[in-house]
Amino acid sequence: MKKELYIERVLLFLALSSIGSLVTITVFIFWEGIPLIAYTGLKNFLLSSHWAPTRGHFGILAMIISSVLVTIGALVLGVPLGLACAITLAEFAPERVKTLLKPTLELLAGIPSVVYGFLGVIWLVPLIRDYLGGPGLSLLAGSVILGIMILPTVISISIDALSAVPDLYRDGSIALGATNWQTVHRVVLPAAGSGIVTAIILGMGRAIGETMAIIMVAGNALKIPTSILDPVRTLTANIALELGYASGRHREALFATGIVLFIIIMILNLAASAITRRR
Amino acid sequence: MSRNYLHRIKGLFEFPSPSGRLILALLTAVLLLFAGLTGGGCGRQQTQKAVCIAGSTSVEPFAEKLAEVYMHRHPHIRIDVQGGGSSAGIFAAEQGAADLGASSRELIGKEKKLQEIPIAYDGIAIIVNKQNPLTNLSLNQVRQIFQGEITEWSQLKLPPHPIDIITREEGSGTRNAFEEMVMGEQAEITPMALVQDSNGSVREIVADDPYSIGYISMGLVDNRVKALSVDGIAPTRENVKNRSYKLVRRFLLVSRGLQPGSCQDFVNFILSAQGQSLLESEGLVGVGD
Repeated sequence: MKKELYIERVLLFLALSSIGSLVTITVFIFWEGIPLIAYTGLKNFLLSSHWAPTRGHFGILAMIISSVLVTIGALVLGVPLGLACAITLAEFAPERVKTLLKPTLELLAGIPSVVYGFLGVIWLVPLIRDYLGGPGLSLLAGSVILGIMILPTVISISIDALSAVPDLYRDGSIALGATNWQTVHRVVLPAAGSGIVTAIILGMGRAIGETMAIIMVAGNALKIPTSILDPVRTLTANIALELGYASGRHREALFATGIVLFIIIMILNLAASAITRRR
Repeated sequence: MSRNYLHRIKGLFEFPSPSGRLILALLTAVLLLFAGLTGGGCGRQQTQKAVCIAGSTSVEPFAEKLAEVYMHRHPHIRIDVQGGGSSAGIFAAEQGAADLGASSRELIGKEKKLQEIPIAYDGIAIIVNKQNPLTNLSLNQVRQIFQGEITEWSQLKLPPHPIDIITREEGSGTRNAFEEMVMGEQAEITPMALVQDSNGSVREIVADDPYSIGYISMGLVDNRVKALSVDGIAPTRENVKNRSYKLVRRFLLVSRGLQPGSCQDFVNFILSAQGQSLLESEGLVGVGD
């Protein structure tokens, strides 16, 4: 009995320490970043796109816009592909194909992001430059690479959501004379709706937080993009690019960038759970 | 329910058995030991003679390389290399906080009272793609391109196509030097410019993109890209040494006055044929003749 109590306490302690590290990270980011926001003013920080930290300009508007655009681009590409793939595998594919393809797709998630970035630079960027124009390193290249990177997340969570729909629903629909596609489209998809929304939001989180691949393919220019062929710098890229040499205000500004990223991701997650709960 | 939970949290800190207390004590001891081991600083190892170098982040990697080779040959001497920037390094040397300050800019004003030891030249090459027929730009044209005033190759009498400008990230030593020597006080590099975080990836993109222009440390230019002459002077070792090529900075070590000892010995090593050839193999141009 005593032994059990002891183990319970050790486990509780470990659980609290993992939450503790989360809290520490949050406090640290805010602690390091808030002074800069107080120094420049929230408006100058968020609504200016003039970023020249060594000359005292700390506007991150262009990066916020770029992050949002790259993420939207990734979703436009990744969600239809991923959903189609998930529906095929969960509803139409024979069991043998499914057991072969699902682990293969999940393997995609295990490829390091630097590899995706490298493939993008070697292969996608020259294609865009030669056939579409611009420098190749662009919003489009970033979106395509991220669209591929979020596929495993979107697919595997969507498959789980679709498989969780009871077969009774399908049988009922078929019994009423609906075709397979009508069943999937009218019955199974709505029933799996919240799970699919979760899949999309998690994919979104993956896209907005991705750093290495995006540094390699997006070009990192500081202006607000006016075309999908323009180079862009995301919030994550800004932090990773400049942290190496930054000191003083510049370093604080990078942490403040982290705060903005943190808040965006919090809003995303809250939205996700709100949507899931309402259904 | 929640009362029970709170009670459990409270109970967490009272270990149930003597063995629990023993484990707690052991854990504390290990933690303290760790703190003791990692908390030790510069002053701890009395048996070793230490030389502290602080300053320019551009000099830092080269100084680290030199220190590594030097320490390998003299295991009883330890050389600490720190960054912080040229101004901080010069200040540290003035105050005596560091034995040697590293600077990638020239001394100004009363800093000139310090003893300066040039250890190498670092040239910055303006590079374009091999397919680009251009061979020369004036310093002014380079500035206008990076400022975003010249945006089309046709403005330089080449077939029309937008110029892809590649620059380094804010805070990089190479970018700093480029801004000082090309852009001057007022001009800023255009936000249109693509930003890469290393000399290598700037070179990679320029080698790949026929319409690009970038700048990298001279030692890293290879045959996949073309280094342009600036104001008609090619970026060669000779032109760097005789200082006719304009985009050159000196790497300096500064000190309040070298005393005979390990510090002097390390400086001698840097200026020796071996130290200089080490710097040359890392892409710098040595100061010897």
